[in-house]
Amino acid sequence: MASETIALAAAHDVPQPIGTILHDWVTTVDHKKLGILYILYALIFLVIGGIEATIMRIQLIVPHNDFVSPQVFNRMFTMHGTTMIFFVAMPILFGFGNYLIPLMIGARDMAFPRLNAWSFWLTAFGGMLLYFSFIGGNGLYGAGTAPDVGWFAYAPLTATAFSLGHSTDFWTLGLLVSGFGSIGTAINILATIICLRCPGMTLGKMPLLVWLNLVMAAMVLLAISPLTAAQMMLSLDRFLGAHFFDTLAGGSAVMWMHFFWIFGHPEVYVLVIPAFAFASEIIPVFSRKPIFGYPVMVAATICIGFVGFSVWAHHMFTVGMNSYANSFFTITTMAIGVPTGIKIFNWIGTMWGGKIVFKTPMLFCIAFLFQFLIAGLTGIMLSAAPFDWQLGNSYFVVAHFHYVIVGGILFTLFGAFYYWFPKMSGRMYNETLGKLHFWLFLIGFHLTFDFMHVPGLLGMPRRIYTYEPGRGWDIWNLICTIGVFFQIAGTAVFVGNLLWSYFKGKAAGNDPWDAWTLEWSTSSPPVEYNFARIPIVKSRRPLWDIKHPEDPDWKYE
Amino acid sequence: MSTISSKPAPMEQPWVLPSRGRVGMFSLIAAELAIFSIFVVAYLFYIGKSLTGPLPKDVLELPIFASVCLLSSSLTIHAAVSALRKGKVGAFSMWWFATMVLGLIFLGETAREWYHLIFEKGLTISTNLFGTTYYSLVGLHAFHVTVGLICISIAMILTLRGKVKQEHGERAEVFSLYWHFVDGVWIVVFTVVYVIGR
Repeated sequence: MASETIALAAAHDVPQPIGTILHDWVTTVDHKKLGILYILYALIFLVIGGIEATIMRIQLIVPHNDFVSPQVFNRMFTMHGTTMIFFVAMPILFGFGNYLIPLMIGARDMAFPRLNAWSFWLTAFGGMLLYFSFIGGNGLYGAGTAPDVGWFAYAPLTATAFSLGHSTDFWTLGLLVSGFGSIGTAINILATIICLRCPGMTLGKMPLLVWLNLVMAAMVLLAISPLTAAQMMLSLDRFLGAHFFDTLAGGSAVMWMHFFWIFGHPEVYVLVIPAFAFASEIIPVFSRKPIFGYPVMVAATICIGFVGFSVWAHHMFTVGMNSYANSFFTITTMAIGVPTGIKIFNWIGTMWGGKIVFKTPMLFCIAFLFQFLIAGLTGIMLSAAPFDWQLGNSYFVVAHFHYVIVGGILFTLFGAFYYWFPKMSGRMYNETLGKLHFWLFLIGFHLTFDFMHVPGLLGMPRRIYTYEPGRGWDIWNLICTIGVFFQIAGTAVFVGNLLWSYFKGKAAGNDPWDAWTLEWSTSSPPVEYNFARIPIVKSRRPLWDIKHPEDPDWKYE
Repeated sequence: MSTISSKPAPMEQPWVLPSRGRVGMFSLIAAELAIFSIFVVAYLFYIGKSLTGPLPKDVLELPIFASVCLLSSSLTIHAAVSALRKGKVGAFSMWWFATMVLGLIFLGETAREWYHLIFEKGLTISTNLFGTTYYSLVGLHAFHVTVGLICISIAMILTLRGKVKQEHGERAEVFSLYWHFVDGVWIVVFTVVYVIGR
């Protein structure tokens, strides 16, 4: 077996002309290459979205600043939000899912490899379409460049009367196209997990990452589709003069809000469930203990999947709903804290009594536990409708959801990068630089987003491009902006570490973490067909069974 | 690398998982259902909210003939698939052709209805909320019928060229799931547009 692999690996080492390599990448249907394409594509957009955030923070560093004009500021927050959700978070999570799911379930590829490539290129094309608005968004009227309607694009801002030119068209078409890509990937993930598991891997023996991605894919099907439908309606309004969101013709602006948030809130769980998945793989390995409460983790995830679809209107408390709707959405929003809390207890239970190894991936996951807890607590505060009436659309809300998305999702993503980098590249990252990245980013994150809660409590609304001095907001905004530069430094160390390690890092070997799931049984990086022979598993930790034949897991499960 | 496979354990029972075609198609149908529900909700919400005419009760007639054609095409495609499963390619091509004809009749009836509404009643997508929701919901369904008919035609051409055999039974069946879904959605659209909305 080993000799076969080596012979094939040697064949791959023959240097090829750059044209052939590019052609290979563009026409590939291999889930690993597509996964890496997704991840690289998302990393580029992460930098772009980060630059847009930095521009906003520089503008807000002191009162009455004029670093950018109000028009540019509007474009920046719209593009920042849209980019980070649709062209960073979604593709990067799909990328990891694409790369890891077939390896973890002992399959040779996804269920529909060509659909996989199609989905990736649709997503990529959607992102390019959105960013083409910077040059193409002028339209015939010369008004506006990039979209400036906010990432949730409330009607009537998107009506042709208020959004001249084509900037909003690029926004809606970009999201429509990438939405089809997301639906394709979700179908692929579901079919892969249900139909391609290796012999012995019953549903109860799948790694948690696979389980959580299964729930995520099901949620994508039911959450992205409403957005797709709403974007079709918006396109009909803008291109054919339909009246879905046209209040002058009797249409309803509030209906857009419902349609957007019935996508928008489940989307948060679509993003955070894969983050939970990374934590559920990394924490056990670095605690040297199997995951605590596997069945409860699965049940809690499915529970989040269901309840996640009945909380959307908590984004609309300030719009004005009747008291029954307010009560319903307050209660469901509070209730979703229960399964999420169960998960946090299970991760702590996994670490409890474990022999914890404080490598970079684990550090990011531990920070995630603390930060996600705080994010959840401010979420419970905001779920109470009267409290939300006071703080809705303030910087408190901005701080809350960045705590979820940066403190929760991005931190576990960084952990996942360090954890699976040896598998994807075949080389070890630099641990010192990894720790430096962690501490810089941790300090930057807390400087920015801890202190961002305060101006929110003091009444600073989101999306304002400048503010009066003497309202008590100045110092907090200054601290927030200083934190951004720590985050930039951390990200620079991260990118530098990846690049340096890719070319100069030590060889990682197949299983640098002494881990237990199937991807670590393949070579690093895995060969195109993943497994020369399809493995047969008997427990949740197949590699543990191999390494410890005297005390295998399947005796106890 | 694959150290695991070096000592395969004997399995008690054969390892059978669902077919990826069916799972993929059911997932697609789930996503499509979500898209249609949003359009149906919009239709229901805007019933009676049009500020100007024409109103549904003035211009819409029950498309009984078209509906009978579309719904019976579910039966013919089922007959086609079970014929192919049994290896009767001749019977398959006959039933498959019948499905195609029934689908085309449905589309033709929709076209006739739209022609009537646009040129005789003056109702377009931008006339009022009824026009907006009517053309988008019925149009979304008609678009799905069109996509289905394109697939059916491709399979028909392959059949006439003798490329379709018994082993393609599963593929035909996976496609028939989509066709049944399109027919099922028509029942909802019919109820919403022509019964409740009129």
